[in-house]
Amino acid sequence: MKQFNYVITDEIGIHARPAGLLAKEAKTFSSKITIEANGKKAEATKLMAVMQLGVKKGAEVVITAEGDDEDVAIVKMEAFMKENL
Amino acid sequence: MEQLKGKSIFSGIAIGRILFYSKNQQQVKRNKVDDVETELARYEDAKIKAIEQLQELYTKAVEEVGETNAMIFEVHSMMLEDDDYNESVYNIIRTEGVNAEYAVAVTGDNFSTMFAEMEDEYFKARSVDVKDISERVISILTGNEETEGIGEEPVIVVAEDLAPSETVQMDKSKLLAFVTHLGSSNSHTAILARTMSIPALIGIEISKDWNGKMAIVDGKQGLLFVDPDVGVLEHYMEERKVEETQKELLLQLKGQPDITKDGKHIHLFANIGSVADVANVLANDASGIGLFRSEFLYLEKDTYPTEDEQFQVYKTVVQNMAGKKVVIRTLDIGADKQVDYFEMEHEENPAMGYRAIRICLDRVEIFKTQLRALYRASAFGTISIMFPMIISVDEVRQIKRICDEVKQELDDINVSYGEVELGIMIETPAAVMISDMLAKEVDFFSIGTNDLTQYTLAIDRQNAKLDNIYDAHHPAILRMIQMVIDNGHKENCWVGICGELGADTTLTESFIRMGIDELSVSPSMVLSIRNIIVNMNVGE
Repeated sequence: MKQFNYVITDEIGIHARPAGLLAKEAKTFSSKITIEANGKKAEATKLMAVMQLGVKKGAEVVITAEGDDEDVAIVKMEAFMKENL
Repeated sequence: MEQLKGKSIFSGIAIGRILFYSKNQQQVKRNKVDDVETELARYEDAKIKAIEQLQELYTKAVEEVGETNAMIFEVHSMMLEDDDYNESVYNIIRTEGVNAEYAVAVTGDNFSTMFAEMEDEYFKARSVDVKDISERVISILTGNEETEGIGEEPVIVVAEDLAPSETVQMDKSKLLAFVTHLGSSNSHTAILARTMSIPALIGIEISKDWNGKMAIVDGKQGLLFVDPDVGVLEHYMEERKVEETQKELLLQLKGQPDITKDGKHIHLFANIGSVADVANVLANDASGIGLFRSEFLYLEKDTYPTEDEQFQVYKTVVQNMAGKKVVIRTLDIGADKQVDYFEMEHEENPAMGYRAIRICLDRVEIFKTQLRALYRASAFGTISIMFPMIISVDEVRQIKRICDEVKQELDDINVSYGEVELGIMIETPAAVMISDMLAKEVDFFSIGTNDLTQYTLAIDRQNAKLDNIYDAHHPAILRMIQMVIDNGHKENCWVGICGELGADTTLTESFIRMGIDELSVSPSMVLSIRNIIVNMNVGE
């Protein structure tokens, strides 16, 4: 299992569009990718569940990857977060 | 005549008949089905068709309202592909053995309620999106896709609420105004109304009986008149005529350079107070931003904004302005703008107190944080930095030293930055009197006429009793402006006006003849000022 922490810098937080892109990105890996915030957890592939976390700007999230390609997945996810959120 | 008051989303006047727009309230029945597999397949087909429709809507919206506003339809198709949403539909069909319409309706209600119960306004508003996509799929399933279209005659559309997909589908040439009961000023529909420049009101108790009746929408005052009296109607027809001539005239000026008939080029810029205003700057075709008040970054927070937070904001603005000049004024708080976490002492006379650059030179770390963010953002466009409330050459030299330190620090960590012009606000009589000395130190002057007038005439602008003697056109002010322009030009400084006087159309010609290089006004005034510039001669 691999994980990293990230503080959201996007003005609106994890809003609909990046949540959708995040789901797309997470689906490209066989590993299970989860995102944890405000004491709640959601699978990154699930757009609505991720939005339900209600993550705002400045909130810290924990991204976890677990599975065969977790090493690649975690690096790519970190790059994704930095670019989009 | 009925008169109602709501909240205005976009000003302007519309006169016409009302079309009461009601959604095909989908009466979804729960039916038992024998063949569950067929229902699952029906749902899959409908979903694919819905996604196709959304892609078409996206393309249409990109053309009509731009990519940013069209994004909502891309999000809608992403939502339709959400695993949890789909699982829920499949589950209901399978476990209850029911029709796809019913499964979608229940799923849509559940998800939309979950969003509606969230605390944050943004996420709360997404419940409308979930409803919208669910209704789309249900319409496809029931084959009930015809919505009540707009006829030949242009109408005022009145509805309980409008989904973004509904607004975009309407024929714009037949739309006079929107009036809705629900909706917020930040909803997508509100944003679309603004982008399309259509008068719009929200928060009005609507009635079905209005369908087909004559009405007036006054977007300036947020008023709706149904069955207006003749007098009211005549009054608004007159107002609309004035508005239309004005609008047509101004539209012709879009894209035109700000050059007088005899060839003098004026930099016509806009004033902004937040990132959201940039859209207005571009819509009104200003050729740059002459005053970006950075205070909002501090005023809207409970603690000091970090360097990164500020950097993101400045970067967004310069990137959106795509190379055009952006003049950002450093922190100008104190006086009438107070921030709790700065923990400032109570002052008897805050207008003449601890404010603006005086705070920055005293609490250098706060100042440096902002400067670092500004220099970093300068790598992404054209930034000029402007310092407020200057009264001495020494202050300017201190500022320049601090800027040099900031640049050195960035060099040390290999962070790049662009060419940055440094300038000052001329808003104290002292700065005017030593403008010849100050001009040797900086690249530009921007005259802040509001404070300059208050300090020169010794009149507190907040004091209503003195309104009758507060003369913005006082010869003292006009002479000061002339002096600043002349002293600036001797040292190759460009000189602009960013105070309210800059947007005073009765003075535009005089300012240009006096030699002003730049005028920065509120976005909505840009085209009116351009109208004067392109029709005047400097040497008349």
